[in-house]
Amino acid sequence: MITFEGVTKRYRDGTVAVDDLSLEVPTGAITVFVGPSGCGKTTSLRMINRMIDATSGRIALDGQDVREIDPPTLRRGIGYVIQQAGLFPHRKIVDNVATVPYLLGWNKKKARARAMELLELVGLDAGLANRYPFQLSGGQQQRVGVARALAADPPVLLMDEPFSAVDPVVRASLQDELLRLQSELRKTIVFVTHDIDEAVKLGDTVAVLRVGGRLAQMAGPATLLTEPADDFVRGFLGRDRGIRRLSFISAKEVRLGPAPPDLVTDGDGRPLGWRTGDGLAAYGTFDPETDSLRAALDAALLSPNGVAVAVDEEGRVRGVAGRDAIDDLLAEYAPPVRGAGSAAAEEAPA
Amino acid sequence: MNWLADFFGDAAHWSGPDGIPARLLEHLGYSAAAFLVAALIAVPLGMLIGHTGRGALLVVVAANAARALPTLGLLVLVVLLAGVGTVLPVLVPLIVLAVPPILVNTYEGLRGVDADLRDAAYGMGLRGRQVLFRTLTPVALPLILLGLRLSAIQVVSTATVAAFVGLGGLGRFIIDGLATKAYSSVIGGAVLVAALALAVQFGFLLLDRVVVSPGVRQTR
Amino acid sequence: MIEEPLVRWDWIARNWDSGSPSAISTLLENHVVTAFLPVLLGLVVALPLGLACARWRWLYQPTAALMNVTYSLPSLVLFSIFLSVTGLTRATVVIPLTFFALAVLIPAVVDGLASVPDPVRQSAVAMGFRPARRLLRVELPVAVPVVLAGLRIATVSSISLVSVGALIGQGGLGNLFIDGWQRQFYTPIVVGIALIVLLAVLADGLLVLAQRLLTPWSRARSAA
Repeated sequence: MITFEGVTKRYRDGTVAVDDLSLEVPTGAITVFVGPSGCGKTTSLRMINRMIDATSGRIALDGQDVREIDPPTLRRGIGYVIQQAGLFPHRKIVDNVATVPYLLGWNKKKARARAMELLELVGLDAGLANRYPFQLSGGQQQRVGVARALAADPPVLLMDEPFSAVDPVVRASLQDELLRLQSELRKTIVFVTHDIDEAVKLGDTVAVLRVGGRLAQMAGPATLLTEPADDFVRGFLGRDRGIRRLSFISAKEVRLGPAPPDLVTDGDGRPLGWRTGDGLAAYGTFDPETDSLRAALDAALLSPNGVAVAVDEEGRVRGVAGRDAIDDLLAEYAPPVRGAGSAAAEEAPA
Repeated sequence: MNWLADFFGDAAHWSGPDGIPARLLEHLGYSAAAFLVAALIAVPLGMLIGHTGRGALLVVVAANAARALPTLGLLVLVVLLAGVGTVLPVLVPLIVLAVPPILVNTYEGLRGVDADLRDAAYGMGLRGRQVLFRTLTPVALPLILLGLRLSAIQVVSTATVAAFVGLGGLGRFIIDGLATKAYSSVIGGAVLVAALALAVQFGFLLLDRVVVSPGVRQTR
Repeated sequence: MIEEPLVRWDWIARNWDSGSPSAISTLLENHVVTAFLPVLLGLVVALPLGLACARWRWLYQPTAALMNVTYSLPSLVLFSIFLSVTGLTRATVVIPLTFFALAVLIPAVVDGLASVPDPVRQSAVAMGFRPARRLLRVELPVAVPVVLAGLRIATVSSISLVSVGALIGQGGLGNLFIDGWQRQFYTPIVVGIALIVLLAVLADGLLVLAQRLLTPWSRARSAA
């Protein structure tokens, strides 16, 4: 666990980057620091591995004040991933990944073997090991950056806008990859981003910071979406909070009915469309095992009759869910009532 | 071309203290000495200034002064001040003029390293010296080598002119030839110095291929 | 060590404008002409050549290599070689110095044109500039700071290198060095160095001023 206790960073010219920040980063989960530029999120992150030292207050790693640890020693036990990856251009990929093991005095063979293991873990071909960074794409470089941070198996990982320099498609796949890795590794991850969608997608906990370095709200993403603490958080979260919140509810519990005869399927049982007078009409599908309630609702909205088609991982029809079935589940997950005039209730889209 | 044949064809030019081999060795000796001293001063100083960012003004002043100061004037003044006849004073202007190219390029090389890279290096737990020697220096190496190359060529050139104030070396053929209107000697000497300068240039390009990481060379 | 003050002002006063060919003012005049002619010639040649290299990239590699080789040759070597062609004339100094100027200016022109941001070039094309007009009105002005930086280096180097020409009797103020050496007399040497450095500083300052006037938009950026 990482604890911030009344941490303040004031620069010599008087600007306050972080103002009396107190929070706890739980072990084994992803905590996202999010906020507009100037909110001190990167400064807060960099104070953990002492790239910047706090002016006052205390940051502790499992109870030990980071100030009591010599910075290089501290940093070797904390993985660090930055935007553009910051790979060393003069070293091959494998040696880039093995940087911290080398620093820790591992022998070359062991360090390289570990590096190869990590390249595989982050989904990179072993053939890339002997290339130089300039020969890799941005997305590949970023994966190397993650592998490098994980090399010495540090319990803590700091990620400073690691995916903001790549295009949206690559970014989405890197995010999925990080979630997959995290489900295996269970690291304590602090992730900084200015992208609220990324924060909501990745964070087990999201800390929203406001300009001037003060904590506006810290909560799980679903709570954040339904119950923003104030206008600033609400504005920062943007529109469609109600719909976006559905991403955190599994579609598993959606009541499925048998497929009606007007759903046309091919020989393998994959859907082809709804039969109408003019031929086949569009349809929407969701996989109850992996998708969210948001995907189920979306599938219902894509079909002319408002019925979503549930499929298995092979894409074969398992059943259908009408809007009533989805509605029942929506009602079950309605936001809790918290006193009169709750901001969340006022604005929740129907 | 007759002059060249006269010069290189004359057997007297190939032996004795005034022969080509002796003069070449002298030239190499003085140049190497001045270059080494300059490098020993300028590389660490440039690295220190580039790494800490302190003393950048010194670099700017050195760069401009080196360009504006007339070589011949400096040589003549220093040798007159120190007394004619000894070698050591002549080496002083050679060293002074060899320092700025190394200093400027080493400094620029280190300053030019991507801030992200510096950040990543510290972030992974490298100590100050490790950052300097394992990350900044290899990445800045192409520019450091450029500085060393420009400096080496500068030394060869200044050593040639220094023949005027009594230094040995290949410049003797040019200066003595001019004094006695023996143009075959002037041209022959010039060709020899040109060959030496090109050899130095070529040698450094080879060195670049050997010591600079392909990962750095390609991204330039 | 000679028992002699570094500067004897009475000598300067007597020789400043004595009317003889070795008068300081005459040497200064000579120096200015011999130093600036190569830079001017260099600029006239480098502009079209640099443009050609920027237009046809395959030209640049061999041109740059040639310039690199030229630049690595000591000035005295080139003076000596041209001595056999042009004799003891001003051209023997001016031609090699022109090559040195070219070696600095051609890359400066190419780099300058390369420094034009692609969006700027693209939007000029999109707005309907024809190539010649685009070059004149958009690309060259944006390239000016880089070209002028090269011009400053070429000018200052040229001013200082002329003095080596004194060894073949064409050195402008450099002749003062020979004079001082032969007579074991400090004053002409000190005067020569001082005037050359002064001239270099003055020319450099004028070019900086020219850049400010030519590119008022870049002032804020270079100050930052």
